[in-house]
Formats: sequence, structure tokens, C-alpha cells
Amino acid sequence: MGELKSEAKPTGENRQVTLDSGQSSGFATTRLEDLLNWARKWSLFKYPFVTACCGMEFMAVTSPRFDGTARFGAEAPRFSPRQSDLLWVVGTIAQRQAPVLKRIYEQMMEPKWVLAFGTCASCGGFYDNYTTVPGIDKIIPCDVYVPGCPPRPEAVIDGLMLLQDKIARGDRTPGIVKPREDPAEGVVKLRRSKDSDR
Amino acid sequence: MSERVLDVLKWKFPEAVLQTHSQFGDDTAIVDPKSWKAICRFLRDDPQMNFDMFVDLCGVDYPTRTPRIDVVLHLYSIARRHRVRLKTAIGNEDMENCVVDSISDIWPGADWFERETYDLVGVTFRGHPDLRRILMYPEFEGHPLLKDYPADRAQPLVPYREVGEAGQVLEKLPPFGPDEGMPFGRHGLGQGPNGAQRGES
Repeated sequence: MGELKSEAKPTGENRQVTLDSGQSSGFATTRLEDLLNWARKWSLFKYPFVTACCGMEFMAVTSPRFDGTARFGAEAPRFSPRQSDLLWVVGTIAQRQAPVLKRIYEQMMEPKWVLAFGTCASCGGFYDNYTTVPGIDKIIPCDVYVPGCPPRPEAVIDGLMLLQDKIARGDRTPGIVKPREDPAEGVVKLRRSKDSDR
Repeated sequence: MSERVLDVLKWKFPEAVLQTHSQFGDDTAIVDPKSWKAICRFLRDDPQMNFDMFVDLCGVDYPTRTPRIDVVLHLYSIARRHRVRLKTAIGNEDMENCVVDSISDIWPGADWFERETYDLVGVTFRGHPDLRRILMYPEFEGHPLLKDYPADRAQPLVPYREVGEAGQVLEKLPPFGPDEGMPFGRHGLGQGPNGAQRGES
């Protein structure tokens, strides 16, 4: 029961698992839907649909330095869509690949989620031409968009945590990972010799 | 060094070699498409030429010129260490008579290059054993590297999601509006059929 206790957060709606205080053993009350969502968000079996250069960053995310998937229970890859919950679309999707991607998505079991990794998967990126699908949401429903060319591993982890949050809340609307810092605000101001007071 | 190749070609095929030029060590012969295969066979079989390595074959579109399409062939001789570039010009404005002989039986490596040139530029190679598209899908119409192919025309194999399936509303709408994203420079063009289309939308 100790594991459940770590999930206990004081929320207004009291939707989280609660454990009676002052008891070394006891029982917890929750709703079945919340328990299922809690189980789902910590056991996302991934199907890596890796097509392009973002795959290098995907390897960085999953390898020990960032450890971006095992910490969140999303480590185990399944190369069969029947056994996977989360479809990682990593890289550019060509028009010729689109039927394959759609079929993979259709073969996945409900409940299923899709994560668009990188700008190309999110909106086509700079490929604005006859070959490339302008975003996988033109073909399949997408849950989380992680922009970046390629995205930093931190952004991917943000995306994964955003998806976990959506799963826990039962939220089916798509979300975008926002940049942690607004690039426009961090413009480096050049120091002029006139202003400096040596 | 390989200007000698051009001299031999001019001596051997005085009518077929229309023009030659050499610059920066690159030697180019512009030849008559009717003699394309004969010249290639000579270049491979003649012991002085001995072009045993096929390097590249591609097509170039010059939309304001007649003939319109250039087929460019690069050859190299490993034994003699010289290289040459052959060009031939075919086709008119409407891509009629855009035909040249296949050289895939001379250099087997030319097989897929000719398929690529057929796919992207629309050159038909007479005598090619298997002239199909190689990069684009069979349902694709037109040849995308021609200059008059609209730059923003996509031919999706899977229809884009616009309406919901089986009476359902479209699930998980994309969070981007139609005017969001990166326009790059194409919206501001304004001229031509594509620019006008994009500018109004």
C-alpha cells in the first residue's frame, strides 16, 4: 500500500487514491476508472515508428544518460502493434509511408495514444512539397506534439509526462510541449564599448 | 587530361557530337540523341576509352528551351583514370518525343538511374527492361521534378482526415490553425497559379 500512498495528493475532487492515515495497514478507496488510468500511465508499451534523423535523439532519450522512458514505465518496446499502447512517430512521414502508418495505428488495441516526435511528424517541418505528409494528424489522431528539429531529450520527457497527465485525467484533447524558455526573451544583448565603464 | 576523349569522340562521331567544352577539368560532349547508345557502346568497348564505371545519370528540365530536357551521363574509367560527361537534349515543350535509348544493357548500373529519371523527369528510355517508377508510387500523376509541376501539389495515398468517420465528429483535431506553421517564402510570391492560390487561402 505504500506505493499507492505516493500517489495520494490532496486534490479538490478527491479523485486520487487515498489511504487512511495513522494505519500501518488498511484499505484505499478510488474509482475503477482512476485506478485503470493510473495503471495505464505507468505502463506505456511503445511502438517506435522511427523513420528519420529524429531517431538519433530518440536513442538519446531512451539510453541511460537521460533515461527518459524507463523512469516513466514506458521503456519496453513492442514491435507488434497488437501489444503496444503508445505509437511514437519519430521522423518524416512520406506520402508513400502514410498507408503503412495508418495501418499500424489501426492494428493497435484500444486504448492507444500517439506521440508526434519532432517537427516533421508534427506538421511536416520544412518539407512543404509533393513527398511529405504535412503532419501525422492528417492521417491518424495525435495526442502529444513534441516540436523541435530534433527535440531535446528534456522536451521529449516533458511530452511523455504531459501524456501521462492526460491519461490520468482522461483528457483526450491533443497537447503541445511548450518551450521551457521563450527564445524571444533570451536574446543576448551585445555590450557596446560606449556603455561599459571600464 | 581527358580532353583527349573529346578529341577521339569528335574524330569518331563527327556528325553526332554537336558541341564540346572543357572547364575546370570537366570535359563535356553534347551529342545527338540518335547516336546516344552507339557513343556509349564505343566509350565502353574501345580499349583507349575503356569507360568501365558508370557514375551517374540524371535529367534536367529547361522549361524555356527547345528541346526541353537534358539527359546527363557521367562516366569514369578506373583503368585509364579519365572521366567524361555526355549530354543530350530531347523533348519539346509538351514533353513529346522525350525518348532516348536505354544504356542499361551497356552498364547494368544505369538501370535504376534510368528508372529514377523516368520517374522524376519523365524521360522514356527505349529498350529499358523494367521502366517503372522507383521513388514515387504508381498512383502518382506527373513528374515532380519538372519545373511546371506545382510546388505545393501533393497527391496523398491516404485521404487526409477532414470529416469524422461513421458519423462521428473528428476526434483529436490538430491544434494548429490553417494559417499557423512556417510559410517560408511561398506565400509572398503572389505570381503564377500557385502563388495566387496560396495567397488567397
